[in-house]
Amino acid sequence: MSVFSEVTSWLTDGAHWQGDDGFPHRIVEHIGYTALTVAIASAIALPLGLWIGHTGRLRGFAVAATGALRALPTLGLVTLMGLWLGIGLTAPTIALVVLAIPPLLAGAYAGLESVDRATIDAARSIGMTEWQVLGKVEIPLALPIIVGGIRSAVLQVVATATIAAYIGLGGLGRYLIDGLAVRDYPQMAAGSVVVVVLALLLDGIFVVLQRVLSTQR
Amino acid sequence: MKVTRLVASAAVAGLALTLAACGGNPTNTASGSDTSGATSSASGSSTAPIVVGSASFGESEVLAEIYAQALEAKGLKASTHLDIGQREAYIGALKDGTISLFPEYTGNLLTYLDPKATATAPDDVDAALKAALPSELTVLTPSAAEDKDSYNVTSAFAKAHNLHSIADLKGISGLSLAGNPELKTRSYGVPGLETVYGISGIKFTAINDSGGPLTLKALTSGKVDVADIYSTTPSITANKLVTLDDPKHLVAAQNIVPLIRKDHDNPQVDAVLNAVSAKLTTQSLLDLNTKLDGPDKPKASDVAAQWLKDNGLA
Repeated sequence: MSVFSEVTSWLTDGAHWQGDDGFPHRIVEHIGYTALTVAIASAIALPLGLWIGHTGRLRGFAVAATGALRALPTLGLVTLMGLWLGIGLTAPTIALVVLAIPPLLAGAYAGLESVDRATIDAARSIGMTEWQVLGKVEIPLALPIIVGGIRSAVLQVVATATIAAYIGLGGLGRYLIDGLAVRDYPQMAAGSVVVVVLALLLDGIFVVLQRVLSTQR
Repeated sequence: MKVTRLVASAAVAGLALTLAACGGNPTNTASGSDTSGATSSASGSSTAPIVVGSASFGESEVLAEIYAQALEAKGLKASTHLDIGQREAYIGALKDGTISLFPEYTGNLLTYLDPKATATAPDDVDAALKAALPSELTVLTPSAAEDKDSYNVTSAFAKAHNLHSIADLKGISGLSLAGNPELKTRSYGVPGLETVYGISGIKFTAINDSGGPLTLKALTSGKVDVADIYSTTPSITANKLVTLDDPKHLVAAQNIVPLIRKDHDNPQVDAVLNAVSAKLTTQSLLDLNTKLDGPDKPKASDVAAQWLKDNGLA
């Protein structure tokens, strides 16, 4: 039980809730890395996924590419990028974008594929252009699955953004890396708890969002 | 979507567990378990062969080879038992007689035996170490060679600010420092630079590779001014870095010293090992590590043999 009380006292210590090393600052940094990563990954993966889903082209490539990207170890990638680009925001952001692309891409093309072909044919038969089919029929119907992809990406990134601390950045990973360095396990556990709570909170927001989107159909 | 959530929570828990496991008690015991016959060496006879142990890194292995080959060159029986993992494991092996001699680092051995030890100057560490050793073990005269945390700058930065020692950093405002995360809180790190050398306003960047390539890149690319790199790392010479002197002994002494079982310690053995220690300097460790790291990846035993030959010890 002493472990739990040590972690609790670490979490409730007022000194750990202020300043550059405090939880609020680290949480803001962590959400910042996550938002930046998911924004960049979305800008790449969503248009590509929608195009693949709409046209049916390159589907085999997309499946293979997402599988290959998922297999890349993020910590190895962040080290490699760090050696190439030096320490800073760029290296971990690239590594995390690589992590976030597969679920976003899969959500987009699988979402469009889930739309009933008859509905799409009906839309075309009443004279809709391809852009109208995509924007007015396919995307609205596929939205819950697309958002599911975003949700999955956000969760993976928020949990993995801790590695940014490995090469000198901030975020909640600082508690894990710094705690490990001096064998301060209560600090590590406290940091993990905050990451878990943050991940669950973000996931909860997406649950609500997906429910709202499904009922609107 | 339940699966996604499970995967995500498992990822978080997994990361935490992995990190915790990495920091756990390093019970990485002897990987090669050739303990056969070694236990008999605890018999106390001075003619029993000396088994030299080493930790699991190149420098320790080459030092063990140097000890063993130097003893053999003088007609004493010696063998090696390399790659015994962490201090917990090899101190145990010394105590039970599996091994009888070990190339140790004075400061780290002292803090292992006495976590509250405060000595940092070489002589103080040596004296405190002798007092803290278990009854069956003793240390011989430490060599001048040290492998420890050291503060390094690029030669251009050293020239620009006329730097020789850590004390010279005092005048530089907004000094940035890179090193392992523990440097932020350890006495020889940021707190010590502030209190012992009066350097204020240090911007610290934690890079988790123990002065490895990421830290080196941060220093050579100018992202940081100073980097903590172990004093015998080949990259120091390869990149012409300037290691700053530490006149106030901020970083505890880490002299290489033969740690030996008393039942194997005799004047003949002492003479051989003291002759080795007399020739061993931090520069020789740097050269040995550079050779070990070289493109042809030589064996520790060959590097050791060459060094002994070059120094007229074999």
